[in-house]
Amino acid sequence: MKNELLEKTIHEVSADLKAKKVSSVELTKAALDYLEEIEPKVQSFITITRDEALRRAAEADKRLASGKDVTPLTGVPIAIKDLLCTKGIRTTCASRMLETFKPPYDATVVEKLYQAGAVSVGKTNMDEFAMGSSTETSFYKKTKNPWNLNCVPGGSSGGSAACVSAGQAFASLGSDTGGSIRQPAALCGIVGLKPTYGRVSRYGLIAFASSLDQVGPFGKDVEDCAIMLGAIAGHDPMDSTSADVPVPDYAAEAKKGIKGLKIGIPKEFFPEGMNREVSVAVKDAIAQLKSLGAETVEVSLPSSPYGLAAYYVLAPSEASSNLARYDGVRYGLRIPGENIVEMYSKTRAAGFGPEVKRRIMLGTYALSSGYYDAYYVKALKVRRLIKQDYDKAFEKVDVIATPTCPNPAFRFGEKTGDPLSMYLEDIFTVSINITGLPGLSVPCGMSKSGLPIGLQLIGKAFDEATLLRTAWAYEQATEWHKQKPALKEE
Amino acid sequence: MALSEKDVQYVVKLARLEVTDQEVAKYTQQLANILEYVEQLNKLDTSNVEPLTHPLDVKNVFRADELRPCLTQAEVLSNAPEPQSGHFKVPKIM
Repeated sequence: MKNELLEKTIHEVSADLKAKKVSSVELTKAALDYLEEIEPKVQSFITITRDEALRRAAEADKRLASGKDVTPLTGVPIAIKDLLCTKGIRTTCASRMLETFKPPYDATVVEKLYQAGAVSVGKTNMDEFAMGSSTETSFYKKTKNPWNLNCVPGGSSGGSAACVSAGQAFASLGSDTGGSIRQPAALCGIVGLKPTYGRVSRYGLIAFASSLDQVGPFGKDVEDCAIMLGAIAGHDPMDSTSADVPVPDYAAEAKKGIKGLKIGIPKEFFPEGMNREVSVAVKDAIAQLKSLGAETVEVSLPSSPYGLAAYYVLAPSEASSNLARYDGVRYGLRIPGENIVEMYSKTRAAGFGPEVKRRIMLGTYALSSGYYDAYYVKALKVRRLIKQDYDKAFEKVDVIATPTCPNPAFRFGEKTGDPLSMYLEDIFTVSINITGLPGLSVPCGMSKSGLPIGLQLIGKAFDEATLLRTAWAYEQATEWHKQKPALKEE
Repeated sequence: MALSEKDVQYVVKLARLEVTDQEVAKYTQQLANILEYVEQLNKLDTSNVEPLTHPLDVKNVFRADELRPCLTQAEVLSNAPEPQSGHFKVPKIM
């Protein structure tokens, strides 16, 4: 049975913890019990860390009792995507390749959450090596969408989105290389934020495409997302691409209102023939923002429709290089062979699933002699054109509003036979990774069949505060984020 | 630039993978579809555009060359499939 405390947000339950209305151990036990009760239906987790969670909860209770170093996350159960290294706790990347891998250190973001007093209940399911948009490429299980268990939760951070939507954890961490936080947030009806590239440390994040990957939070509402971002953001000497930029108080910034804010509407994100329910919901949300005092401005991002094509050259190219490390020597699976090349090939053939192999092949091809200029360099040039479009648009506006995804959640197996149809689900999200800008998805509607729709807000580099401010103002005027899924098959 | 099965077999070898003949046919078809989609990049004139490898201005980052605590040998070897006497054991190379 779901304890009513689990319906609360972090900012609500944190007040209860501070007021000693509930202890972290009690809250964590309730969360774990409910998590395990509904897990057979939702399947959000690869590893559940009950003992570890209860130990951290007891520590958090000591901290709460002393009143020292108490943060809004102290004693709050959260979940972590299974591609962030957790010391001594299995970290699989949803791959057979890393089935028994226990990292010898914590990712910086994990360490920061522990320092804030957060209690991790487990590691969430995802697409293998974060390659996918439905979490169906996981070697371990298929996570279900809590709004309709016959539908996918989105991906690649599908477990991190589903567990927050279903109430198994108060918030979670995901990663976003082409939409892997924003898209599952939209499909599961919660808030998800991809920070600016460099805003959050990637140390201990298992690499997919290093110039695109970024860690970010999922929350039940905007304020929870702001709290999570505040806990993980900031410069890290262990990540040479991490930016030394001051971190504002996001939860306070979020509440400043949007009077006079200029919101850009790019026509390229509302193509002819697009899903009507999505376009109506997003246009209604934009009208709502206007009624709250924002001004809307038409902007043009003419190169952005090419973002997906550029992405499917750049991301696989970087991946083919990054995944060369899985060679059966230092960690991960090994299948014996007569000589070292045979051992490499047998190990990689057995350890990687079809989508990962497809992307390694694509990237290897794009980087190979004779094709490097035609594909890789061409995509890098288009990347600059896309960046220039956004730079120009942001001379006129503070934030850009678009749909997060072209469609609500789809059914299992609907797109697995045709990889390109799956890739097209990322059409509105990838250009934000290509440009390094921050993006957020907030619930803005519901399809007739009862599936959530997301509004994507895109901001200037390092201006997550304005995204949170816009989304928070929208939430105050709407109820979408308060709806809860029924965990039913339809 | 139509992709052939031979191209796929070559890439499989470069990437140290192994696939069956049946899989080669399937991957060739799927990868050809994706590459066909990617061809649209050629509609954009990029003759005077510099490649952009990284979204932000990145510079090399140095740190002081000082001794710091690091992982122990046991920790480093703890995930090795076949550690032996403090080393990573591999099959014959030559």
